[in-house]
Amino acid sequence: MAKELIRLSKCSMAFDGDVVLDNIDLCINDKEFLTLLGPSGCGKTTTLRIIGGFLKPASGDVLFDGVRINDVPPHKRAVNTVFQKYALFTHLNVFENIAFGLRLARPGGKKLSKDEIASRVMEMLEVVSLKGFEKRDVSSLSGGQQQRVAIARALVNRPKVLLLDEPLGALDMRLRKDMQNELKQMQQATGITFIYVTHDQEEALAMSDTVVVMENGVIQQIGTPEDIYNEPENAFVADFIGESNIVDGIMLDDGLVEIFGRKFKCLDKGFKPSEPVDVVIRPEDIDIVSPEKGQLTGKVISVTFRGLMYDIIVDFNGFKWLIQTTDLSPIGTTLGIKIDPDGIHIMSKSQFSGMYGDYSSYSAEYDEISDVDYEVEIEDAEGARE
Amino acid sequence: MKPKYFAIPYVVWMAIFVVAPIIFVIVFAFTTPDGYPTLQNFAAMGRFTNIFIRSFWLAFVATAICILIGYPIAYILSREGPRLQKLMLMLIILPMWMNFLLRTYAWMSILENTGLLNRFLSFVGLPTLNIINTPTAVVIGMVYNFLPFMILPIYSVIVKIDQSLYEAAQDLGANNVTVFRKVVFPVSLPGVLSGVMMVFVPAVSTFVITQLLGGGMVMMLGDLIEMHFLGTAYNPQLGSAIALVMMFVVIIFMYLVNRFGGEEKVVTA
Repeated sequence: MAKELIRLSKCSMAFDGDVVLDNIDLCINDKEFLTLLGPSGCGKTTTLRIIGGFLKPASGDVLFDGVRINDVPPHKRAVNTVFQKYALFTHLNVFENIAFGLRLARPGGKKLSKDEIASRVMEMLEVVSLKGFEKRDVSSLSGGQQQRVAIARALVNRPKVLLLDEPLGALDMRLRKDMQNELKQMQQATGITFIYVTHDQEEALAMSDTVVVMENGVIQQIGTPEDIYNEPENAFVADFIGESNIVDGIMLDDGLVEIFGRKFKCLDKGFKPSEPVDVVIRPEDIDIVSPEKGQLTGKVISVTFRGLMYDIIVDFNGFKWLIQTTDLSPIGTTLGIKIDPDGIHIMSKSQFSGMYGDYSSYSAEYDEISDVDYEVEIEDAEGARE
Repeated sequence: MKPKYFAIPYVVWMAIFVVAPIIFVIVFAFTTPDGYPTLQNFAAMGRFTNIFIRSFWLAFVATAICILIGYPIAYILSREGPRLQKLMLMLIILPMWMNFLLRTYAWMSILENTGLLNRFLSFVGLPTLNIINTPTAVVIGMVYNFLPFMILPIYSVIVKIDQSLYEAAQDLGANNVTVFRKVVFPVSLPGVLSGVMMVFVPAVSTFVITQLLGGGMVMMLGDLIEMHFLGTAYNPQLGSAIALVMMFVVIIFMYLVNRFGGEEKVVTA
């Protein structure tokens, strides 16, 4: 059974009167790969920096193995960090960068001998596939290689927890995917708890045991990647994780919801009779049928080829839905759609209702989320000098 | 029009005011007043050995003191908030807007035997000091005048060190002292080297400060050269030879500093 390692209890944080973290409760288990996921400014980096010891929460407690560590400085924590921009020591070569932590006496440990240091650095170079690079200048390395040095420099200290702050943010798509796999393998091989910060939902789903979705300094949902994707708690989570059509509905009965005046069968239960709800329908859960057979009919207004499938935007009485399909339906086609009960997910109304899930301005949104450089970490700038 | 044409005024300027004078100095150094080639100018320099040694020694002391005072100032400055940084930088640069002579005269009236310093000392009951017209006064004058040239290059390197570098070092187990010793100082060395260049070179050839604060008792190379061009011992050939030897020693010194101080590196990855 998983053992609790880190606990944040009622942690709050504000910079210049702006609330960045609002009463966060979070429990992180030993040997877990946990991801803090959310858009820029949601408080994920602040949370990570609190765990790393670079920020003190304005209120609340940070517990490590049951001991309160609010006032323990970073150099005395059994935690190491992989920084967003790597933060390598440019005056040192690859070997010395990785050996940096080993050359310092760790809390509770004694200084290592030269031979021990050398053998651990070499071992680590092999783990990150940088054998033979030990004499190289770090500034002569590519972004991916610098990234590996940064990971090795942290892991070589055998921390209990590794914190990773958007470590793959500066890498190109291909390299990101490779590194995702490698990081996941390293985590499983070493048994070190990873706490990973990202704004990339695909990355979060692919790597994590647990995903923590944050927005406005509040944890919106904690769960496995499958939970988060299939059972989003509110419109924000549904929209942020993957693509979602989110429409207003009225819960008529257990397993029966009304959307656009039509009744749809669903699997959700436990709502009050006639309760207004948000209904999430994933674009891949919508079947296209002939207009006569459809539960709803609409007109195709845009088609985008995505390789594996087409993204088509369909107008249903003014509400634009995204549907992903392998069959081409040209612009102007009228088509019917069918949604299976398990393709419908019902959420209670929340502060995020009505803000997301309409694809009227689809293309702009897609560009924004697919652009790797889009994220400018606002929190980072605010928190850096603290 | 190719952009390189824009460099023509600069090239002309350099040719007239830098290259040509150096050629003159070299030609003068190796000729007699009648224009015959000779080495006697260099042979005649032996009697100035003590002035050479004094010049390099005082310049060395002034540079060392500039590092000792300038480095902590630059470091503390770089760690302050942006507003205080601007203000402090202003205060450091401000004296440079005043005339160099004026500043040095001000030091005269501070260091004189009946000057402000001694009046203060006797006021609080301490023995007075005889500083004016000693090497100490010259070093004080040099440090005062050249200190900004030490602070600014060091500051500009330290201020560029990414905050995450400090955090990375702390994260790996370094306390504040270790962070400084193993990260900040080595990374800031190129700044110290440029500071050394910018202080040491003008300090070696200083001449006005020595006359005002040294009272002619502390002669340095700058005074010696001036004397041979404009002063009582008019002999431009010998003056050129002295200037040439001084330049040669400075170049060797700078080469050694650079060689063993490590090459310039980019601060952030």
